Amino acid sequence: MTLPETTQLAGRRRARANGWAGNALRFLVIIVTTYLGLLAVTFFIGRVIPIDPVLAILGDRAPAHVVERTRELLGFNKPLYQQFYIYVRDALTGNFGTSVLTTNPVMTDIRRVFPATLELATFGTIIGSLIGVPLGVLAAVKRGSIADQIVRVIGLVGYSVPIFWLALLSLLLFYARLKWVAFPGRIDIVYEYSFTPVTGLYLIDSAWQGQWDVFRDVFRHIILPASLLGYFSLAYISRMTRSFMLNELAQEYIVAARAKGLSESRIIWAHALRNAAVPLVTVIALSYAGLLEGSVLTETVFAWPGLGLYITNSLQNADMNAVLGGTIVIGSVFIAINILSDLLYRTLDPRTRAR
Amino acid sequence: MMHSLNKHVRMLTAGAALSLLLVAGAPAFAETPADTLVEGWAIDDIITMDPGEAFELSTAEVTANTYSYLVRLDLNDTSKVVGDLAESWTVSDDGLTYTFKLKPGLKFASGNPVTAEDVAYSFERVVKLDKSPAFILTQFGLTGENITEKAKAVDEGTFVFTVDKAYAPSFVLNCLTATVGSVVDKKLVLEHVKAVTPSDEYKYDNDFGNEWLKTGYAGSGAFKMREWRANEVVVMERNDNYYGEKAPLARVIYRHMKESSGQRLALEAGDIDVARNLEPGDFDAVSKNADLATTNAPKGTVYYFSLNQKNQNLAKPEVAEAFKYLVDYDAIGSTLIKGIGEVHQTFLPKGVLGELDENPYKLDVAKAKELLAKAGLADGFSVTMDVRNTQPITGVAESIQQTLAQANIKMEIIPGDGKQTLTKYRARTHDIYIGQWGQDYFDPNSNAETFTVNPDNSDEGKVKTLAWRNTWDVPKEWTDESKAALLEKDAAKRAEMYKDLQKKVLANSPFVIIFQQTEVAGYRGNLKGFKLGPSFDTNYVFNVSKE
Repeated sequence: MTLPETTQLAGRRRARANGWAGNALRFLVIIVTTYLGLLAVTFFIGRVIPIDPVLAILGDRAPAHVVERTRELLGFNKPLYQQFYIYVRDALTGNFGTSVLTTNPVMTDIRRVFPATLELATFGTIIGSLIGVPLGVLAAVKRGSIADQIVRVIGLVGYSVPIFWLALLSLLLFYARLKWVAFPGRIDIVYEYSFTPVTGLYLIDSAWQGQWDVFRDVFRHIILPASLLGYFSLAYISRMTRSFMLNELAQEYIVAARAKGLSESRIIWAHALRNAAVPLVTVIALSYAGLLEGSVLTETVFAWPGLGLYITNSLQNADMNAVLGGTIVIGSVFIAINILSDLLYRTLDPRTRAR
Repeated sequence: MMHSLNKHVRMLTAGAALSLLLVAGAPAFAETPADTLVEGWAIDDIITMDPGEAFELSTAEVTANTYSYLVRLDLNDTSKVVGDLAESWTVSDDGLTYTFKLKPGLKFASGNPVTAEDVAYSFERVVKLDKSPAFILTQFGLTGENITEKAKAVDEGTFVFTVDKAYAPSFVLNCLTATVGSVVDKKLVLEHVKAVTPSDEYKYDNDFGNEWLKTGYAGSGAFKMREWRANEVVVMERNDNYYGEKAPLARVIYRHMKESSGQRLALEAGDIDVARNLEPGDFDAVSKNADLATTNAPKGTVYYFSLNQKNQNLAKPEVAEAFKYLVDYDAIGSTLIKGIGEVHQTFLPKGVLGELDENPYKLDVAKAKELLAKAGLADGFSVTMDVRNTQPITGVAESIQQTLAQANIKMEIIPGDGKQTLTKYRARTHDIYIGQWGQDYFDPNSNAETFTVNPDNSDEGKVKTLAWRNTWDVPKEWTDESKAALLEKDAAKRAEMYKDLQKKVLANSPFVIIFQQTEVAGYRGNLKGFKLGPSFDTNYVFNVSKE
């Protein structure tokens, strides 16, 4: 009688181990194919854009012989397949080369610009989800009511108004008129040389070092662009929350819960939202990843030295080393967020861990 | 249900209100420090700070404020030069040897003395590195092999420079006012040179400190360059070892801001002292604000469009002339470039030796039609124009499109990024290109050469001037005249030769020059002495102070 039990247990263990191995393998395949795809795509985009990269490096006024010499130096005169080979080989060894625009190693540049974007995107996503999810729930619960309509309009405006325009208007209002927020950049120049960032996330650094005046200044700089990004993710998050919630509220278990006499708030927040949370995590994660790519327009208007601006600038100048490095970082972020949301599924949805 | 939701909404509202309080509670702080000048400026063109390599407009300004040269442009009369590190200079009778005496007791920012040895080294590294701006020096017959002979220190305070032809002294001296003539601190640079394996392309065993100087500094100007972070900031600090009058301000910060309206808002709020990239609308608003002031200066940059002579229709001289009558100069001048440019139809910008202030062309559709009929194109034709996506270029191109249509010329605008249109232009595959041309150095030859010299018009031509890019076979006499002007010792005669060339190009060439750029800036009313110079490397900030 005991024997079958132990074999059953062992079998379950093996299944779990297989599950983990399978998962790890799946992640590995995802990572490898994503990276290879990224490499190929960035390489070929870099070669088909009708911009002479040497021109980008030297500017319009360089004499012809300097142009020729640079072209040879950078290997642009070699056949395409050789260039691709060199490109992949360097990328595999973690050598992203030097950015021709900033003259720094690409990794150094990214280490400088990525925290700026990370801080902004994280803050933006927190704002977006903290407001977007309750708004979506409200709209679903009061479906068809004025509240629902208002949430719908808020979402619609978020979708359709160009962020560039909204950014300028909000600057005009909150910065120029009301003087509530600070601008431009991440930190006031007064602190530029008294404050040494460690992680590059200024809010965390300044709080860690106990420099509360710096913290407040940084907060005043970040709040407006973060709110704008938050608003845009809010528009998406609230719409999705609404539809997930409507879906859940129509389920039989809700009827059962009501029949049991549970309070409405418990039904909505503890039962329906708990179940809607699983797909919602994907939505929020995707919107977060989107913000992490860097919002070029927001970064331009707010003079925010982030990743989006860096990559766009590099692409326009055919600075392929920088574009490759940036793309790999973004690719990695997407993969990491995918894995994270996958793991979050497991905690949120008991069915995905039942084995 | 209603009850519980309201509770949540209440909590949410309370939270939102709290965070607003946190923001609003902070005091409105908007003033730059009293000893610091903060400029909002698009500095994304900077790719290096090495004066031997840099050739970008933003870098030119930083270099001009942080390095010293032998001679500088005289801001009171830009057709002359004044001594910077040089106290005096003489030109030998044969016009080949220039002897410079340095001022006594000069020091670099590092504290090292400035000697003729440093000057010679600076010339040597420019010629041997042979980067983009090197031709400004190598055009005097300098090569990696002869440079140590041609540019050398005779003693600590005497530098001798030998050129290969008896050029007009004004030409030689003007070229030395370019940022490529910056004198670097030899001792300091030598501490940072990197070993290089010599190759066919690069024959020297070290990089002359190029890698270090990309972000480093080794000069003796009124300011020291403390830091450059690409697309973010340039920080300059007062150089207390400067030989001249010390700058009143301790620090100058250029903060990268790309956007005109953002610059305007920050200027109005006092977060920056100077806004450098104001578009006409914002500039207008700033000029009406009592707390702010504006300034402007014509720059050595002309905006033009040019007709590729590979195109059969555009190659006809009557067509080229007709195009000059099909631009509404008045409308463009009074709207599109109002405040940021002035109508100007000759290739030498105002302020340069030999400038010619003649704008004979006006919009005249009837005259243009007559010319087109003479060319057998009375019914017009179709043509394309490569236009970069930036104002005022786009606006001007659209205006031209409209006026051309009046003479039945159907012009299609091909929009593109700047680097993209330029790539096409340099490959000579455009029909019409619209763009700007800035002087490489403050001398008439810079523009005269590009507009009137084209020794080999084949696709393999090595001298890729603007004339070459438009496949224009410049009449040989014009090229000869342009080269002769270089050797004319009498400045007045030299100026006459350039005027003559401009008249010829104005009457008969595939170039339609429309206007000269005016640089504008808005600044806080408490700034004293803020001025823009006649060129990008004369925008000095060492006279600026705050009240």
